[in-house]
Amino acid sequence: MDVRLLTLNVNGEQHTLAVPVCKTLLEVLREDLHLTGTKHGCELGECGACTVLVDGEPILSCLALPIELEGREILTIEGLMEGGRPHPLQIAFAEMGAVQCGYCTPGVVLSAKALLDRNPMPTRQEIAEALSGNLCRCTGYIQILDAVERAVAWVRERRLILEEGRS
Amino acid sequence: MRAFEYVSPTTKEQAVALLSSTWGETEILAGGTDLLALLKDDIVRPRRVVNIKEIAELRGISFSMPAGLRIGATVTLQELLDHPDIARHYPALVQAARGVTSPQIRNMGTVGGDLCQRPRCWYFRSGFGLLARDETGRSLVLEGDNRYHAILGNEGPAYFVNPSSLAPALIAYGARLRIFGPRGTREIPVERFFRIPKSEAEREYDLQPNEIVTEILVPPPSAGMVSATYEVRQREALDWPLATASVALVLEGQRVRSARVVLGHVAPIPWPSPEAERALLGKTVSEEVAQAAANAAVQRARSLGKNEYKIQLARVAVRRAIQQAVGGGARR
Ligand SMILES: Cc1cc2nc3c(=O)[nH]c(=O)nc-3n(C[C@H](O)[C@H](O)[C@H](O)COP(=O)(O)OP(=O)(O)OC[C@H]3O[C@@H](n4cnc5c(N)ncnc54)[C@H](O)[C@@H]3O)c2cc1C
Ligand code: SF4
Ligand code: FES
Ligand code: FES
Repeated sequence: MDVRLLTLNVNGEQHTLAVPVCKTLLEVLREDLHLTGTKHGCELGECGACTVLVDGEPILSCLALPIELEGREILTIEGLMEGGRPHPLQIAFAEMGAVQCGYCTPGVVLSAKALLDRNPMPTRQEIAEALSGNLCRCTGYIQILDAVERAVAWVRERRLILEEGRS
Repeated sequence: MRAFEYVSPTTKEQAVALLSSTWGETEILAGGTDLLALLKDDIVRPRRVVNIKEIAELRGISFSMPAGLRIGATVTLQELLDHPDIARHYPALVQAARGVTSPQIRNMGTVGGDLCQRPRCWYFRSGFGLLARDETGRSLVLEGDNRYHAILGNEGPAYFVNPSSLAPALIAYGARLRIFGPRGTREIPVERFFRIPKSEAEREYDLQPNEIVTEILVPPPSAGMVSATYEVRQREALDWPLATASVALVLEGQRVRSARVVLGHVAPIPWPSPEAERALLGKTVSEEVAQAAANAAVQRARSLGKNEYKIQLARVAVRRAIQQAVGGGARR
């Protein structure tokens, strides 16, 4: 079997491990690194439950080979805390009832984070488009869109307050 | 997934040398959004997988007049959508690529991979082969659930539909493919790349196992050209369309001087419709003219039993694509 020694940067930490080339990033994250926040859904690109960010952009870990990701920044839901505090998206999802069974949530939150990092003031339509690769079977999406909008508003308020404080 | 050997050459010459001349032994890997699914479903069982993303000359987009557009095969769908010249000059291509709504798939999937992706026919994906026949040689599609199968070009033996949304738009623009293999470079129109396989040993496109699609070349937009793609879908995202139409019309004043109408997801190949094109030539596009062209496009369509509804969807796609191109119809 073709096995390689790889160094992967996951959530800011370097991990060196032996990986068969036919093992997907999803499998390595869950089985070798025990980062089980990334979910195993359809395994065929049709649900988005396995979404992670690579260099800030959402990809499907079930269709990615770790051998192609050395030297890239991989971010999973476990790496989303900022300075020991939950990301505004995480708080908004919890408070707005945007999490039901929770299976889609890590992927949805990461897709939303990629959007907000690129566009801090998205419209509802832009949010819906950014999340169109993430299937949710529970919420009907309304609460999810509401939660992302709430997080956008919080971040904006916080920035305004900071700016006022400075002026 | 079964084990395989992974190689990542940096030149196309190395890549071709690493590919077998027999189908089944090696597979080309671009974004992997289709190949990994095929590997997991055990539909392909290569001993070696050849990654082509490290080959520099397969990357990049360039546009200039009068040369036109060059898209490297490993350009991602997102890179294509982000390119201002493509957005400006090739709306039918942009609308087709935008149909792949999932940002994750757009970030990973490549233009070459979109053209070479394998059919989504559920019998093929369940291991019954491209022609989906049982042990006695009877077609599982004709006997079984053919609601998503072909309505045109479905005289057999293949009944799957070509899954590429980009191909009809590229054909409407008269694009060509550059292909590299053991005997060097060759070029063919995208239209001639696809074919209906006659036996299980053939692929649905004109490629040898050790040939690579390296570039897509699109002619410059001609003066007076308008174009559009219209898709009919069941789900807005995470799915393939049920029918699409891409049209490119060259207008002289109000009249259609030349027309290309190409349907997608309705036949084993992207389906150019000379009938629809004839119905448009010399006319001023009105609702009636668009409807007549749409009717002509599906004149030879035939249901396999459970897919009659697709004939109407294809008709609507053609009419709306024409109207969208000339600026009158519903936009999406
Ligand atoms: C949920 C979902 C929805 C989708 N919806 C749509 C849709 O609406 N419309 C649409 O068009 N597509 C759709 N797709 C398909 C997607 O666009 C393709 O999977 C993607 O473009 C393939 O590109 P890739 O680089 O990932 O190909 P890969 O998976 O790497 O390769 C696909 C195939 O092409 C071969 N190949 C790749 N590149 C080359 C090359 N340069 N030369 C020769 N052979 C090559 C590979 O060997 C393999 O057989 C969808 C996919 C998913 C998962
Ligand atoms: S709302 Fe109905 S159709 Fe939608 S996921 Fe739930 S059960 Fe399925
Ligand atoms: S598990 Fe990767 S897309 Fe469903
Ligand atoms: S919360 Fe259950 S799938 Fe989205």
